[in-house]
Amino acid sequence: MKIKPHRKHPLWLAYILHRMSGLGLALFLPAHFYVLAMAVSRPQSLDYFLSFAANPLVKVAEFGLVFLLAIHFFGGLRLLALEFLPWSARQKTLAAASVAGAFLVSGSFLLRAV
Amino acid sequence: MSENTKTMEVSVWRGDENGGAFETFKVPALGSQTVLDVVTWIQQSADPTLTYRYACRVGMCGSCAMMVNGEPRWTCRTHVSRVLDGDRLEIAPLRNLPVIKDLAADMDPFFDKWVKAGGVHRPSRTRDEPIQQVNPEAPARVEANKGIECINCSVCYAACDTVAGNQDYLGPAALQRAWTLYNDEKVQDRGAILDAVSGPGGCLNCHTQGSCTRYCPNELDPLSAIAGLKRAVATSFFKRSA
Amino acid sequence: MLNLRLYMAQRLSAMVMAPLVLGHIAVMIYAIQGGLSTAEILGRTQGSALWLLFYGSFVVAVSIHAAIGLRVIVHETLGLRGRWLEIFTWGTGIVLLLMGARAVAAVTML
Repeated sequence: MKIKPHRKHPLWLAYILHRMSGLGLALFLPAHFYVLAMAVSRPQSLDYFLSFAANPLVKVAEFGLVFLLAIHFFGGLRLLALEFLPWSARQKTLAAASVAGAFLVSGSFLLRAV
Repeated sequence: MSENTKTMEVSVWRGDENGGAFETFKVPALGSQTVLDVVTWIQQSADPTLTYRYACRVGMCGSCAMMVNGEPRWTCRTHVSRVLDGDRLEIAPLRNLPVIKDLAADMDPFFDKWVKAGGVHRPSRTRDEPIQQVNPEAPARVEANKGIECINCSVCYAACDTVAGNQDYLGPAALQRAWTLYNDEKVQDRGAILDAVSGPGGCLNCHTQGSCTRYCPNELDPLSAIAGLKRAVATSFFKRSA
Repeated sequence: MLNLRLYMAQRLSAMVMAPLVLGHIAVMIYAIQGGLSTAEILGRTQGSALWLLFYGSFVVAVSIHAAIGLRVIVHETLGLRGRWLEIFTWGTGIVLLLMGARAVAAVTML
């Protein structure tokens, strides 16, 4: 996919990261809720699911989810700061710092998880 | 055109509101040539039916903006040497606006939204009263001054993806205008300005992509102006509900 | 498409969630050590009013936040508007709220 020329700049990238991570999390939520609700209705199924989730491949997918959460979290803080605090010239730095922070948090999750 | 003149491949959008296609012209490359010079050369030397719009040629009037290699530009002040891709140039009408013909976009939606955002000066005094003194150093005046050099070229409007996705969205230029009025001490009814920009097409729909500020040919900062409006609107939310 | 009420609901729910997300990530990092089991999860959360409050407010905030976020995406990319957009927003919010409430109830209530 070719990125249109007018989109090739950090703030647009920050926007699309925020949108895609938000969309991913929103789509994941119903599945998350569904599985947790099994705790009461079908505890065996939940245990079966959790043992399946101990699989390394699933671990990588979980890393992805935590990464999405962290990206969306820091991207959201960036937006709140931009919209509610009266400074804005440092947005680019903040956008970069958001991604760095996301890597840090999800990276530490991966390290602990493996 | 002599044999040894360097030429460029220039693709120009031809069509109207029903669609169209790019047509390629060979245009002689000259020194200090602007994109508008290229379009003018095509219209005068290759195809007189080419339609485009310009007036002042010095970056004052805001009428000659077009998409150049996919990016919105004021063509009269854009040197070919800065945007040429190899020997190719692609020139299209401004994005996010209907096309009248060829390179002439219909600016009506842009100006309609300008009015919708309350971009009309509503004086608070009559001609019989003395002229209101404005301190040029007052913080609000300094803030307003940042946005008043807008030439209505619609480059920001064409660059904005929120405009592309949300047809009611007022767009960066109109919102920046509202922000300058909000900071103008001659304007008395600030609540009316906030009402005009906080509706379903207003400043709250901005996604902070920042293409407006990136592409503004006059180096204005609509992104920060819209952020200012958002703050003002959010503050009014708490004040009004309190 | 986003009016002042929706915008503020979106931003305020985000502010509520900021500390909750950090807490959630911390719990995840703590909980996954040594693997997960139903008994372990329930042992931590069941019968705890604090966890009920923590995850209960999380579910309320995320339902509001996700419903409004999806509303914007659906409007801007699929062009949904008017009545159907309202139905979509409320429907998404209510479904998330019900599913989330069921999940929180399942892990915190006796």
